[in-house]
Amino acid sequence: MTPTREQKFWMYRNMLVSRFHEEVIEQIYLEGKKPVFNMANGPIPGEMHLSNGQEPCAVGVCAHLKPADVVTSTHRPHHVAIAKGVNLNKMVAEIFGKKTGLSGGRGGHMHIFDADVNFACSGIIGQGMGPAVGAALSRKMQGKEGVAVAFIGEGAVNQGAFHEAMNLAAVWKLPFICIIEDNQWGISVAKSESTAVPDNSVRAQAYGIPGYQVRDNDTYEIFRVAGEAIERARNGGGPSLIEIETYRLAGHFMGDAEGYRPAGELDGLRAKDPINVMRARLGSEEGLTDEQDEQIKAECRKLVDDAVQFARDSEYPAAEEAMEKVFV
Amino acid sequence: MNEQVATVAANERRLTIARAMAEAIALEMRTDPSVFVMGEDIAKLGGVFGNTRGLLEEFGSERIRDTPISETAFMGAAVGAASDGMRPVVELMFVDFFGVCFDAIYNCAAKNAYFSGGNVKVPMVLMTSTGGGYSDAGQHSQCLYGTFAHLPGMKVVTPSNAYDAKGLMTTAIRDDNPVIYMFHKGLQGMGWLGTEPGATVHVPEEAYEIPFGKAAVVRKGTDVTIVGVGMGVHHSLKAADKLAAQGVSAEVIDLRTLVPLDRDTVFNSVAKTGRLIVVDEDYKSYGVTGEIIATIAERDVSVLKASPQRVAYPDIPIPFTRPMEQFALPNPDKILVAYENLKRARTWRWL
Repeated sequence: MTPTREQKFWMYRNMLVSRFHEEVIEQIYLEGKKPVFNMANGPIPGEMHLSNGQEPCAVGVCAHLKPADVVTSTHRPHHVAIAKGVNLNKMVAEIFGKKTGLSGGRGGHMHIFDADVNFACSGIIGQGMGPAVGAALSRKMQGKEGVAVAFIGEGAVNQGAFHEAMNLAAVWKLPFICIIEDNQWGISVAKSESTAVPDNSVRAQAYGIPGYQVRDNDTYEIFRVAGEAIERARNGGGPSLIEIETYRLAGHFMGDAEGYRPAGELDGLRAKDPINVMRARLGSEEGLTDEQDEQIKAECRKLVDDAVQFARDSEYPAAEEAMEKVFV
Repeated sequence: MNEQVATVAANERRLTIARAMAEAIALEMRTDPSVFVMGEDIAKLGGVFGNTRGLLEEFGSERIRDTPISETAFMGAAVGAASDGMRPVVELMFVDFFGVCFDAIYNCAAKNAYFSGGNVKVPMVLMTSTGGGYSDAGQHSQCLYGTFAHLPGMKVVTPSNAYDAKGLMTTAIRDDNPVIYMFHKGLQGMGWLGTEPGATVHVPEEAYEIPFGKAAVVRKGTDVTIVGVGMGVHHSLKAADKLAAQGVSAEVIDLRTLVPLDRDTVFNSVAKTGRLIVVDEDYKSYGVTGEIIATIAERDVSVLKASPQRVAYPDIPIPFTRPMEQFALPNPDKILVAYENLKRARTWRWL
């Protein structure tokens, strides 16, 4: 399964929107936090987990998904949300805590819910596994179109929720795909220090389901493996497990000094920046010129800039609205 | 049999809470294809506490799903299915098992509506057994009402009899929010568990709802208000009988739902009697008893003629051995002692 020209450009554009989004959020996040870094200050308070470098995981998988399909993501959700088609203006407004945000400011960057495209994420490691399996169960029981995909980090496979949900999905043969974004780091703890096997896709054997590992953050290979897994799930073939070796080009969260990274690691990863790789491929395979590339980048930047402007222009919710929406 | 006799017989139909729960679920499942049941041993076994008996035979294994012993997974799955248009009724066999799946309950089920600004609904019912009294020790006997009621985003219901059990279950399944349905093992009417006969009452055959947030005044009185929940209601009624023999008129309130809590009915009763005893099999501190007393104190402490009393589980893990467990459990005699304490308590003098 290889991407069409149209799919390649779709993936590239979404990678760019995601990266520009993270770069802009990074700048805005630091507003009000200099010279003294205080997480509570600035237009975007709280924790901020950026996804720079992990874009291939999002686009390679979501290229095969429709709005009806269900995705749960992690505390580092922006790239997946963007590729899944979450309303960008409302998402950025939510990150700002504005009334026009997806939840009117109740959730923030770790709790992005867009029911229109069946996207949800959460702040606790492995938490999205059970709900995604439940959504897959719902689709199977209702005979309704759609698969469910849980994005988790490589650290989440050591959570009990991972094991339980994988077993449940397998024993009930549900249309479910687990995507492990292996960025090598659980905050500051290296995968090799936390995980007994170097390749988590071998865990699929424990559930009698197919498991794959994709190396080197390869967008095309992610597209191929995920496409096959999603097609299998759509056809009643049950769940799959895919681990993607990806790169975390930023810290765990903004403000992370990353003293735990081996010297030179980040430079090595940046040299393999997946956006540059994709740009080069589109040049050689699809004849993308610099002029065309600049045009695409300008369009993607504008989407992000417009969303940021929308968020900045939006009002904060009335404080007492905090009391609403506990129950529906 | 003539028609009149048949009608009388139907009116007298008495069900256990277990059968009333199963009947309520079955009635909803017949009319709403999105309702399904999952949990451990709820299909062929019909639930350890009998509350899903007969459902597998009628609805089949697709909608009556035995799960692996994986509370983390199936509780999370209930959240996901509920968010995707289904109405799962999921059983946590013993409430004590909440520790292995609480993240899905209080971080997802209870918060997703809020986090989504009301755009995501989680219409699930978590039914779970509570209570002890039969020497099942400290991991199979707790009530934990206060634990669930404390955390926002979940409705919490606690039936004391089969009529309420059916109506509260119907309301719970039809509610668009997560509902924690906490039934008491000692009220369930299972042959192998000691059971409270007062919980087995007449139950109409048709579906009906009991609104949440409406306590029931199950016995009218003028001298003291006794507020109970679940098994505590039966203890309270027995104590009220004994108090009546002493010439004391006790009003007994069955809270029926803890979230939402019918503070008005409690307050109005205490405003009339001036005296309050709260009975709860959950732990004493930071729980239902304190909340009820705070309700009166916050609204108008001057209605109290004496310091309120509480009969609750002491702040200890639940012991196994019979003498120790029975020592710790609430019972009608403890309510009588509480009333004596109430009489002795200094009457408030207001400036």
